[in-house]
Amino acid sequence: MNAAGFPLLSLITFLPMVGVLVMMMIRGDDAVIAANARWTALWTSLITFALSLVLWSHFNPADPGFQFVEQADWLPAWGITYKMGVDGISVLFVLLSTLLTPICILASWESIQSRVREYMIAFLVLETMLIGVFSSLDFVMFYMFFEGVLIPMYLIIGGWGGPRRVYAAVKFFLFTLCGSVLMLLAMLAMWHTAGTTDIPALLAYHFPAAMQTWLFLALFASFAVKVPMWPVHTWLPDAHVEAPTAGSVILAGVLLKLGAYGFLRFSVPMLPLASAYFAPFIFTLSVVAIIYTSLVALAQTDMKKLVAYSSVAHMGVVTIGIFTINAQGLSGALMQMLSHGIVSAALFLCVGVVYERIHSREIARYGGLAERMPAYAFVFMVFTMAGLGLPGTSGFVGEILVIVGAMKISFWLSLLGGTGMILSAIYLLYLYRRVVFGALTKDDLKSILDLNAREIAIFAPLVILTIWMGIFPAHFTSFWDASVGAMVSHHQTAMLLDHAVKLAGVMK
Amino acid sequence: MGAAVIDWTSMHWTLALPEIVLAACGMAILLAGVIVRGNFFRMATMLVVGALVVAGIMVVTGGQGVGFAGMFTVDAYSGFAKLLALICVGLAVITSLDYNEHEGLQRFEFPVLMLFSALGMLLMASATNLMLLYMGLELMALSTYILAAFARDDLRSSEAGLKYFVLGALASGLLLYGLSLVYGFSGSMDYNQLAKALTDPAHVSPGLIVGVVFLVAGLSFKISAVPFHMWTPDVYEGAPTPITTFLGSAPKVAALVLLMRLLATPFGHLLIEWQQLIILISIASMLLGTLGAIGQRNFKRMMAYSTIGHVGYMLIGLAAGTQDGIRGALIYLVIYVFMYIGTFALITAMRRRGRAVESIADLGGLGRTDPLMAMGFAIFMFSMAGIPPLSGFWGKYFVFAAAVNANLWTLAILGVLISVMGAFYYIRVIKVIYFEEARPAFDPRPASLSFVAAIGGLVTTFFFVFPAPIVAAAEAAAKVLFR
Repeated sequence: MNAAGFPLLSLITFLPMVGVLVMMMIRGDDAVIAANARWTALWTSLITFALSLVLWSHFNPADPGFQFVEQADWLPAWGITYKMGVDGISVLFVLLSTLLTPICILASWESIQSRVREYMIAFLVLETMLIGVFSSLDFVMFYMFFEGVLIPMYLIIGGWGGPRRVYAAVKFFLFTLCGSVLMLLAMLAMWHTAGTTDIPALLAYHFPAAMQTWLFLALFASFAVKVPMWPVHTWLPDAHVEAPTAGSVILAGVLLKLGAYGFLRFSVPMLPLASAYFAPFIFTLSVVAIIYTSLVALAQTDMKKLVAYSSVAHMGVVTIGIFTINAQGLSGALMQMLSHGIVSAALFLCVGVVYERIHSREIARYGGLAERMPAYAFVFMVFTMAGLGLPGTSGFVGEILVIVGAMKISFWLSLLGGTGMILSAIYLLYLYRRVVFGALTKDDLKSILDLNAREIAIFAPLVILTIWMGIFPAHFTSFWDASVGAMVSHHQTAMLLDHAVKLAGVMK
Repeated sequence: MGAAVIDWTSMHWTLALPEIVLAACGMAILLAGVIVRGNFFRMATMLVVGALVVAGIMVVTGGQGVGFAGMFTVDAYSGFAKLLALICVGLAVITSLDYNEHEGLQRFEFPVLMLFSALGMLLMASATNLMLLYMGLELMALSTYILAAFARDDLRSSEAGLKYFVLGALASGLLLYGLSLVYGFSGSMDYNQLAKALTDPAHVSPGLIVGVVFLVAGLSFKISAVPFHMWTPDVYEGAPTPITTFLGSAPKVAALVLLMRLLATPFGHLLIEWQQLIILISIASMLLGTLGAIGQRNFKRMMAYSTIGHVGYMLIGLAAGTQDGIRGALIYLVIYVFMYIGTFALITAMRRRGRAVESIADLGGLGRTDPLMAMGFAIFMFSMAGIPPLSGFWGKYFVFAAAVNANLWTLAILGVLISVMGAFYYIRVIKVIYFEEARPAFDPRPASLSFVAAIGGLVTTFFFVFPAPIVAAAEAAAKVLFR
């Protein structure tokens, strides 16, 4: 049995489904159903979060392998098993998912008034899928959860979104599906070659060099759309703008991490030769993403769109970090993923706060909010600073580590990647100035209310985490140091082996 | 052959007990219908369901072997197909209960014709002789022609029946011609003897290959594969909805199973001759089914195109020409019929103020007016689009796995990309259900339709939890063809 003494990961993964069952049984008129659905969803997600804290306390950071492993027969004759487990790379993302779900439910407490039960069901199903992605140790299971995310997210964007929600939902669905089906083929090819879909077994398997290229491209199609990388990022601004606030939060907070997690779990360790071969290609796309989408963000007049484009730029930093394949780069990428998961989620929540009051996302509609909303101004500032990577906040640690890691590859890569920090300072401070500072001239803003208790409860944990990660990054990096170290040495061994094979070929 | 003396002991007629029982029951119910006064429809329906259940039990418990001088084979493969076909017919019969009473079609011949069609399917599943193949196929088809035109006062239904009959007769002609060519060039109608004679593709007469092509063409009509799909949208739209439920499920099972046994057993060594043909049909079906469905407003018509597409995916398994491939196609078949019948049970339940409605737009805002039905539709549509963890994904998983293992990369890549295009029209239905303004609510659902939809929904949703029994059964069935 695992360190927790009971099937912890399965419990965390499927507990939200119990909440779904409870909600389906609620009877009564609309108001009763809505109230009960909200509380059921909140308690379910809070209990899930509390359980997931066991992962935090019982995880052994010194062990680079998978922990809390559970296994059961599923389709044993075909090499497919039900297998769950986490290592240093995935464990904190399970926690991120369980943390953000109750926050999302709280954030939708008042803004969602129609079909509350269906909405809450969609969120809890989404939570199951997300935790499942990060804790699957079987490729088929991973794929199931990875794709399954589409169903609740499609319904959340399309059902409770803005005016162009249908377009955004369909675009989101088809873009991600198109990438994913190619991953399906890659998965089938890996299954055929290696005879198993067990992730630890696949990690140890050496795929032939020629095959790696194709597998990498197929996996890339799927993960690049999910990250999203330039130029397949175009679904993201639409989805973010049209999604309800909580939808944007979970989308930016966790869904964007799925692609990067896929690179970390599959592409880099399983296909080392192809990863090294394609790294310059990825660097190019990432640098373009950082510079281009930062400039696009600068030109936005819609707050949500601005934050959405900044997400693409920040994820560009992550992909650079991943493909440096050295300890600093990978560690920085993970830190940046975690930090972005909290900071961009919080920025969307900040937009949601004023949107709930004024019902506009136009930057020009605001100005001078600091006068009436000091607490809001403070919270918004913390996340703006974290977003632009101010030392002492979580954003700084990730970016600096990635820049250091990139420096080992090439000076120009780290220079161009680093421009992201400058550009993000420009567009975020510009946003902050226009919304929070200046004179309070608009009439309806003069009576705007500051954060209420519920909103403070939402933001408090995020503010604390942002600063905690900035000041004591080692509390977080220590989780993955061993796993990252193992990954780097695994990669170096594979590269050396390949050199040796080639050398032997020349000697003959 | 040749000897005029028939050895009665080697006929093993007990192997055909399910068929014999079904035929006897059918004739008894028919007689009873003539004798009994008053409306016998409901009673006849129940009796037919009972007969199907009895036949199903006999299929499961009966022995295996070869009977009727090699014409009739009972093995794991035929058992799998028979059970599936009987389940499909049974569920389709149940969906007709309420519909026929609403539409004034409560005539006892209706379920009996479905029963005789089922009998034809059972014969098709066991046929290991070209003559029995043709007899089973015609018994099935003739019943379905009448059923498609059953609402005889309805212009669309009559048109559907006539169209189906004329085109079906043409397809039968093609099939017969192919059959005679094969017989003429090989000298046998028996699968085993054909297989023995055709071991070397290099020494096969071109006439025989032409015969095989005609056979494939005739059977393609029955499974509505492109380019023999033309009847499908019109017939599916025009036929009474329970008959559309029936047409898209059970005959597809029987005809596909027949086609797979035919190509894999007697012509198994000629794989290189027919593989290209099946690949082409498969790609064309997937593509046309998907593109055709995108523009449809009528739900039944859209589902007709969807069926064409699904048949294309199943043919991927056959195109692989391996045991894995047949297994994948069989798993896909099981998954598909439950999705399809479940969807149609819900379509049959689309009724406003007593009138059946069938356009996609009528589903507007169903998520508000009937959350349970909306969830049912959502499950089936997401599943047909191939989104895991729903069962539709697993069907695709197993056929694509077979294609990858057989190195059919073009087919696999085209297949997955077309499936993304297909997702567009499935999620459009979900869009109408959940994201559009509410229309007036539908009439309350009759229990019979809820029951059928629930079976389809449960299989579709929870297939992933216990896939092993179905996968193992399909594996055992596929193994028979590659002994």
